[in-house]
Amino acid sequence: MTTLVVRELGCSFGGVHAVAGLSFEIAPGTVHSIIGPNGAGKTTLLNLLTGVYVPTSGSIRFGAHELTGQPPHRYAAAGIARTFQNLQIFFNMSALENVMTGRHRLERTGLLAAMLHTPRLARAEAECRERALEWLRFLELGDAAERDADTLPYGALKRLEIARALAGEPQLLLLDEPAAGLNPSEALGIAALIRRVAATGTTVVLVEHNMRLVMEVSDHILVLDHGKRLAEGSAEQIRSDARVIEAYLGAASEAHAAGEASADA
Amino acid sequence: MGSQALQFLAAGLTSGSIYALVALGFSIVFLASRVINFAQGEFVMIGGMAASSLVSVGMPLAAAMAIAVAIAAAVGLVLEKLAIERASRADVTTLVIITIGASMLLRGIAQIVWGKGIRSLPPISGEQPIAIGGATILPQSLWVLGTTIAIVAALSWFFGRTRLGRAMLATAHNRLAAQLVGIDVKLVLFASFGLAAALGAVAGMLIAPIGFTSYDTGVMLGLKGFAAAILGGIGNFHGAIFGGLLLGLLESLGAGFVSSAYKDAIAFVVLLGVLFVRPDGILGALRSDRV
Amino acid sequence: MESSVPCAATVSDGIAAAGLPAMRPRRRLRGLTLLALVLALLPLGFVNDYVADVAVLIALNAIVCVGLNLLIGYAGQISLGHAGFFGLGAYGSALLATHAGVPPLAALLAATALVGVLAALVGGPILRLKGHYLAMATLGLGIIVSIVITTEDRLTGGPDGMAVPPLTIAGFVVQGERAWYWILAGCLLAAVWLAQNLIASPTGRALRALHTSEVAAELAGVDSARHKLIVFVISALFAAFAGGLAAFHAGFVTPAKASFLHSIELVTMVVFGGMASTFGAVVGAAVLTLLPQLLTALKDYEMVVFGALLMATMIFFPRGIVPTLSALWQRWRR
Repeated sequence: MTTLVVRELGCSFGGVHAVAGLSFEIAPGTVHSIIGPNGAGKTTLLNLLTGVYVPTSGSIRFGAHELTGQPPHRYAAAGIARTFQNLQIFFNMSALENVMTGRHRLERTGLLAAMLHTPRLARAEAECRERALEWLRFLELGDAAERDADTLPYGALKRLEIARALAGEPQLLLLDEPAAGLNPSEALGIAALIRRVAATGTTVVLVEHNMRLVMEVSDHILVLDHGKRLAEGSAEQIRSDARVIEAYLGAASEAHAAGEASADA
Repeated sequence: MGSQALQFLAAGLTSGSIYALVALGFSIVFLASRVINFAQGEFVMIGGMAASSLVSVGMPLAAAMAIAVAIAAAVGLVLEKLAIERASRADVTTLVIITIGASMLLRGIAQIVWGKGIRSLPPISGEQPIAIGGATILPQSLWVLGTTIAIVAALSWFFGRTRLGRAMLATAHNRLAAQLVGIDVKLVLFASFGLAAALGAVAGMLIAPIGFTSYDTGVMLGLKGFAAAILGGIGNFHGAIFGGLLLGLLESLGAGFVSSAYKDAIAFVVLLGVLFVRPDGILGALRSDRV
Repeated sequence: MESSVPCAATVSDGIAAAGLPAMRPRRRLRGLTLLALVLALLPLGFVNDYVADVAVLIALNAIVCVGLNLLIGYAGQISLGHAGFFGLGAYGSALLATHAGVPPLAALLAATALVGVLAALVGGPILRLKGHYLAMATLGLGIIVSIVITTEDRLTGGPDGMAVPPLTIAGFVVQGERAWYWILAGCLLAAVWLAQNLIASPTGRALRALHTSEVAAELAGVDSARHKLIVFVISALFAAFAGGLAAFHAGFVTPAKASFLHSIELVTMVVFGGMASTFGAVVGAAVLTLLPQLLTALKDYEMVVFGALLMATMIFFPRGIVPTLSALWQRWRR
């Protein structure tokens, strides 16, 4: 059970402070949401938390791992996994191979064994296939296993990314707008999925615009505005926080209304 | 020692000017398309070879040179239309390989048309070396330097004051914005290749009288011109000129004082050095999202 | 839970994502068996030594291309200087066997290993570059190797090249085109087997992932720098080994083996035959080694043909011949 500790995190591009002086902790086993109006720095934060951006100040610790400034594969090695807002599926592979690749950080067989195709490698590969298939089934993609990823529809691909991320058995799963592009019933499915994942003990952090989803699944919400922390707390607290409402200019209640409207449609 | 250094300096500036012209060609195409045109060196070769064969059938030098530039420009335009434009949405590696193929194709055609032999071109104003401060300088060298200065001035005017030139600069900075204000980016790309080819041809014609020219002289000149462009910063005009002159000097001084056998290697060592240490070059490259 | 709007996500064009998925184990074995069969039966067509010699040349190029294809086709990197590794393998073997008195087979293995070490040292900084910069850096490196080989003529014989003693294996001198053919056929089979195993392994998946989305691959735990280096070194080893064999086979080695032109020929073979297709690399090597032989009457047209072929392939079939044909075959079957 590892805690993600972020201290005074800052990231600037030229003179623009995308994120500044951000400090927070993410307790293990919780579902944590990061919300904020457009341009608040959510994607930047997500990129910082996965090593895609290098912070210009501050620190990121995950358990015993000091991760500040490390390349992304070190974040993965520490047990952090992520999905992407614009899909980063490996289109030159099958769905199964995508998920098998997700297990890369758990691979132990060496290069020579790979090139000589030793029995040990064959066994490791067989096991990798099995586990990957399990994750595909968990995401209701079992039938699509052998299909090439570029033949799958959008909704399936979003789930495939999640399967790939989970296959690495991460302690922390970062979801980048998992409900984007999904209709309301699919979004409901995501909520259920997030709860199933959290039930396995994995910490889940989502960046999301869909307020309904956020309010439904989150144990804790962090609100960003202009790269700084605006508010933090439970769904109830955030929903009624005046600063949050102002920052969104009523967007939260609008989205709620819109969500209800499209559910009726 | 002083006059020797002066000699190397003169030689370095001469070859440096050539590298600068070739580097400008690379930069212009890069600005328009984010493509490194490996065939740039072949335009240099075409300039020298075409002028040489026109002169050998009796055409006066000035006319031969003008026509050779036109031929090279035409080749550049055809290359852009038939190859580059078709593959415009492909990724970097594909485009690199296409231009490499173009380079081979042009060289192969040159080999068929002109054979494998070496050719020469008469110098513009005679071969009598001029003595300046203890060093002897060929008049052709002065032509090289002078023409390069004139061309740089002309390009400054072109990019600063003409519609097409300004359109090319706009496209280089922001392709989408340029399209949105009505700039025909396809035309810009087309013109860029023509212009780059013409520049290469001029370089080829200027340098041919000092050495010689043959169907494969384009390879080395192209590569060294590219090294110069990277040294100064790809896509940066001042960088191309600065890089060219600097490379010429480094090569000349290195060959003179360190090792003449490895003269050709100097450009590539410089190239690797720049790529490893500061890929944006000394004066800074235009940031490219394709790379 | 299928999406109500069945839009397949877009696939980026060009070389990027278009590689074939790794073949299933049974298909791999079938492919390998087929190759073995072809290689075993080919000598029936050796009407004279010249034909056998061409077959040997094809096999040599094919070994380099199988390795280079791992780098270009699977890992999505580019090398315009691989002839440099080939040349270093050739000259390394020759020099060790001649000047240092090392037994030929040991010289071959030692030279290959040394080139591998060099590739490991150079690969780190070089592979941090991308796109054009990487292309140019590898090109620069290849040319420097070529220049050094030509200039150090006291060691290497300069532009005229140097003689190479015959290869001896366990006391037997390898002589005659047919003997060489069997050795090369075995080496080619081994090379293809190793490459295919690599592609089907976690490392292979990591490479293919890197090619499509470096970010996602990294976040799956793939150390992209390390993986690129691994495949760079492997491809260098293949090239150097083939270079050494080529030197012993010819009994002679010249700087042309390390030339820029040779590097381009190798890239053409890989690109033409098929990116991300090991058998494509073999086919590409076969076709483009045969072509100049068939065109000896039109020797002058060789460069034109290569150049045109390279351009046409990249413009019209960016995936290369074998994957394009394979895709057509798949579609025709459905």
